Amino acid sequence: MDFDLMITSLPKLLGATLVTLKLLSASLFFGLFLGLFFAILRLNKNIFINKFAYGYSYIFRGTPLLVQIFIIYFGLGQIEYLRTTFLWVILKEPYWCAIIAFTLNTGAYTSEILRSAFQTIKPGIIEAGKSLGISNKVIFYKIQIPIAIRQSLPAYGNEIILMMKGTSLASTVTLMDLTGVAKYIISTTFKPIEVFIVAGGIYLFMTFIIHNVIKYLEKKYSFQQ
Amino acid sequence: MELLAFGKTGWGDELFYATLMTIAVSITAMLVGFFFALIFTPLKLSKYKTLNLVGNFYTTVIRGVPELLVIYLFFFGGSGAIMYVASIFGYYEYIEINAFITGSMAIGIISGAYSTEVFRGAIQSIDKGQFEAAKVLGINKFGQFYKIILPQMLRLAIPNLSNVWQITLKDTSLISVTGLVEIMRQSYIAAGSTRDPLFFYSFAAVLYLLLTYVSMKLINKLEIRYSRGY
Repeated sequence: MDFDLMITSLPKLLGATLVTLKLLSASLFFGLFLGLFFAILRLNKNIFINKFAYGYSYIFRGTPLLVQIFIIYFGLGQIEYLRTTFLWVILKEPYWCAIIAFTLNTGAYTSEILRSAFQTIKPGIIEAGKSLGISNKVIFYKIQIPIAIRQSLPAYGNEIILMMKGTSLASTVTLMDLTGVAKYIISTTFKPIEVFIVAGGIYLFMTFIIHNVIKYLEKKYSFQQ
Repeated sequence: MELLAFGKTGWGDELFYATLMTIAVSITAMLVGFFFALIFTPLKLSKYKTLNLVGNFYTTVIRGVPELLVIYLFFFGGSGAIMYVASIFGYYEYIEINAFITGSMAIGIISGAYSTEVFRGAIQSIDKGQFEAAKVLGINKFGQFYKIILPQMLRLAIPNLSNVWQITLKDTSLISVTGLVEIMRQSYIAAGSTRDPLFFYSFAAVLYLLLTYVSMKLINKLEIRYSRGY
């Protein structure tokens, strides 16, 4: 066991953790909106809109995240037309490509989580709102969404942890996140176990924090049924 | 389409064998995972605190650390660890482990952690009366587990195991970083030599979708078979 290496690599790895956290928070932020949007589409009665939203979540949940990143980072640059538009400013950066891929991926999972949360809301609650003369829009924003958020907290907590692990794939498109830096240190020192303990420890610590924050929120927003 | 032709002109046959490799790695990893689950599920359900701790340590660490990091640990540390063990037995030559073995071991350990959780949940949700009834009837421990608990447990575990299978199948794409020629690696090679990454990565996505679709259909059949009588 090489403790010196563990101590000297810690600051480097902690610096890289910042990149991981940035990727995670950006993709979760955009992914939540995307997921909510597609969950609403899934609840739509129009069969085409419904199928479209289902297709989106099926494709992104059925293929590995690595393929999605590679298509966006290596694949989209191949289209000549894209290079001439303003989108190219975003798509030539691996950082934004990773965020786009993570957003689309987590959006698909989030839409499924939110959809099932919306569907488990008891019809009686919506009917109660209607009989009180509340408009459909207000019922949706003030009654359905808050209940759905509460219902989906445990599943969404898992999704956050999965996404945190998913950000490690950013290292495959040249980004130096926690896993990228860990791999770099391993391949230069050939001490995989020491680096794994430190980097793995940082990941576990983040998992621990996310897990407890979600637990706290669940407790805070729990209601008597 | 000529890019996908079989033979020397296209990448059809290469991608076909790569798909077979992905399936082979997934199945091996799943079996390795079952082996680990077989060891760690009893530990997690044990009465002894120390054994519980060992079981929980395994599942928490593996499920809290990115798959890619575990693969790097195996890729860079695998042959070192084997050589260390070999040196104890007096063998000092360089040993290189095959990418297939490293890959399926790494993915297997990951899928084992998920399988362990599934089995633990399934066993815990079996009615306590079943264990007691088996004991009262004087069935030995072995018979209790294989004839009474296991069949009931499988019915509960199969839907969740199908999720583990999907995760395992998708995780195999990560082994491409170690150079094992499965779908992802083959697409990378093809994309590099034809300069057509969009087509080949999209095709890889289609192959993965096909694999997940077919395996879902098969698992659904299995599910129906094991829930006979319910």
